[in-house]
Amino acid sequence: MNYDRILIRYGEISTKGRNRNKFVEKLRKSVRSALAPFPKIKVEASRDRMYVLLNGENGIEIIEKLKNIFGIQSFSPAIKVDRDVEVLKQTSLELVHSLYREGQTFKITPKRSDKTFELNTDGINQTIGGHLLKNIPGLKVDVRDPDINLRIEVRKEAIYLSCETIQGAGGLPIGSSGKAMLMLSGGIDSPVAGYLAMKRGLEIEAVHFFSPPFTSERSKEKVIDLSKKLAEIYGSITLHIVPFTDIQQAIREQIPENYSMTTTRRMMLRITDEIRKNHEGLAIVTGESLGQVASQTIESMYAINEVTNTPVLRPLITMDKTDIIKIAQEIDTLEISNRPFEDCCTIFVPSSPKTKPKREKVQHYESFFDFEPMLHEAVQETETIVIKPDNEKDSDFNVLF
Amino acid sequence: MIYFDNSATTKPYKEVIDSFVTVSSEYFGNPSSLHSIGGQAEKLLLQAREQVAKLLTVKPSEIYFTSGGTEGNNLAIKGAASLNGNRGRHLITTSVEHPSVRAAMEQLEQKGFEVTYLPVDKQGKVCVADIEKAIRKDTIFISIMHVNNEVGTVQPIEEIGQMLKKHPTILFHVDAVQSVGKIPLSIHENRIDFCSISGHKFHGLKGTGALFIREGARLAPLFSGGSQERKIRSGTENVAGAVAMAKALRMTIEKRAAGIERMKKIQSMLRTGLNRIEGIRVNTPTENAAPHILNFSLCELKSEVFIHALEQQGIFVSTTSACSSKRKSPSKTLIEMGVPEALAESAVRISLSFNNTEEEAMTAIRAIEKAANQLRKVLE
Repeated sequence: MNYDRILIRYGEISTKGRNRNKFVEKLRKSVRSALAPFPKIKVEASRDRMYVLLNGENGIEIIEKLKNIFGIQSFSPAIKVDRDVEVLKQTSLELVHSLYREGQTFKITPKRSDKTFELNTDGINQTIGGHLLKNIPGLKVDVRDPDINLRIEVRKEAIYLSCETIQGAGGLPIGSSGKAMLMLSGGIDSPVAGYLAMKRGLEIEAVHFFSPPFTSERSKEKVIDLSKKLAEIYGSITLHIVPFTDIQQAIREQIPENYSMTTTRRMMLRITDEIRKNHEGLAIVTGESLGQVASQTIESMYAINEVTNTPVLRPLITMDKTDIIKIAQEIDTLEISNRPFEDCCTIFVPSSPKTKPKREKVQHYESFFDFEPMLHEAVQETETIVIKPDNEKDSDFNVLF
Repeated sequence: MIYFDNSATTKPYKEVIDSFVTVSSEYFGNPSSLHSIGGQAEKLLLQAREQVAKLLTVKPSEIYFTSGGTEGNNLAIKGAASLNGNRGRHLITTSVEHPSVRAAMEQLEQKGFEVTYLPVDKQGKVCVADIEKAIRKDTIFISIMHVNNEVGTVQPIEEIGQMLKKHPTILFHVDAVQSVGKIPLSIHENRIDFCSISGHKFHGLKGTGALFIREGARLAPLFSGGSQERKIRSGTENVAGAVAMAKALRMTIEKRAAGIERMKKIQSMLRTGLNRIEGIRVNTPTENAAPHILNFSLCELKSEVFIHALEQQGIFVSTTSACSSKRKSPSKTLIEMGVPEALAESAVRISLSFNNTEEEAMTAIRAIEKAANQLRKVLE
């Protein structure tokens, strides 16, 4: 049986009063860009439902894409039929027949948002249920735990039939909460932090610190691949690659070894904040998790966070590593993060970094050298690229495949 | 020349060989090397994995490149048995599996595992109820081929998969070497844990293949070494082979819809044509059969003789399976199907690809008729 549309139910947006149209519009945009590889589809949005009309595109692939879009509570592949009892009977039968395997049970879940239809919910139950039982030998009713749950939704314009409700990703539509900069290292945590921030509606631009030759081209590629994964959510993502070698070398020369890590993080935060200003972001997102490493103790955060009063959002702050890994697995970034290349966080790690750095001390050490011009230069030299998800990539290798 | 032995191996697509040559000569790096030449090779391997995964609708992390069907089958069976042997010692398979499954099972028997070899019916099909009956408390693994390589019978993988949903601890392996690209199979919906494919059966190159390992299913590697393929298959990756296979699979799946229709037509022409020839009995069942295999016997005649008679007319076919045709023994599958030994010894297999034509089928029917008549005269 071929579904002709996918019915999308909104998540929390349906509670947003007068801003609702804005939220729906953002969601519509997300759906559009995530489904850009399918040119024939049409997206219809109304106050409380959205429909993706398939027009012959591959429904299964579209379902996979929809699962990752924030702001969707759940969705169902559906068939639209006219408000006619005979047509309803016929299509219900075709649909259930196509799914039915011997010995399976079913139930009908009718819903009438429009009460003018000639059958009420009991009437739908009896008429359609009876029709199915008569025409599919062996089919049985089970209202508690059916194999097939046929939902019949009677609305003003038509009736929608569906058999499956697929859980959406939840959250808020991307961009509905404004823009933030994500500090993306290449490790396991930062992509997860980015994902969770996007889930709450933030539009993300990633910032990565690149220190050739101490970090290799391949570690940069790794970050690009991670960005591609995040780009799948919205159709594209902006990645800022900051040349960081000179600053790291200056820190090595100027700052005592056990404080070098603290200063490095402070410089990264300052640069990220500059880039944020230039791109009109309102927050910085990091993958920090309390106490995970020396730079993520509360003392370190206190010393590092001093350089900015821009909100620094830390979605993973209370999460255990195992929980973070679980999400990384779900969003398919774990394997990329696990590729064994040095990144900006693992290089120049002092043998015993301060786990309880003091603000005054780090201020004192930094006071002997003016980092400002170097930071300014790094921001100037930052390479900004817009990354598309993999399916749209234009690789030189494509001809080989 | 009419090549009707595509279940033994297929002719690689020209585009596939081109990719192999380009990758071998220009991107020869070792994917594990840290420099950029290694990086490019790694990228190619990654893209090949993603493509194969996408075409099979599974995750890239579930695809492991192997050297072909035999390795995939061995890795799945022995690897899973050795890691799960503490849970139970019983395995189930059918009596008509490919030797790479059969022999791996027999090897496990020597190591103290117990194996149930289920019989098949006259069509060569295993009965789902038989499998369910054979399941014991200590059953850890079931291996069933999707399409039989000798006669083309399609096993009820979907039903078996549904039935096995009631037995979540049993690992389910499907040897899909003969079916990939010919019969669509939804791996995840059918609760499959392991699935082997081989590149050269769909116009890729020999020495290439892949094993699907469901996320969460575990097995012990057969090879010890440099931990390639996420520790499951050590040995420097055959990047060019993997790329070539990814391309062959794409081309095959793109041509599949039209190709299957065409093969079905040719197969039914051959069936009708052969049925008219005196003394020929078609062994491939009419129902539940793959579109590309047609097995028949010519009474009283050793198949080898017939193969050579056809070869003289430029038609290339096999005695049952290529793997067992060098041993002079009757077709195991046919014997299991209850075909008399005399007929099982004279079995011939025609196997098609998307490239075969209806004209070739007509020519072949005439050639087979001619050869059959001649040979019968000699015998009389």
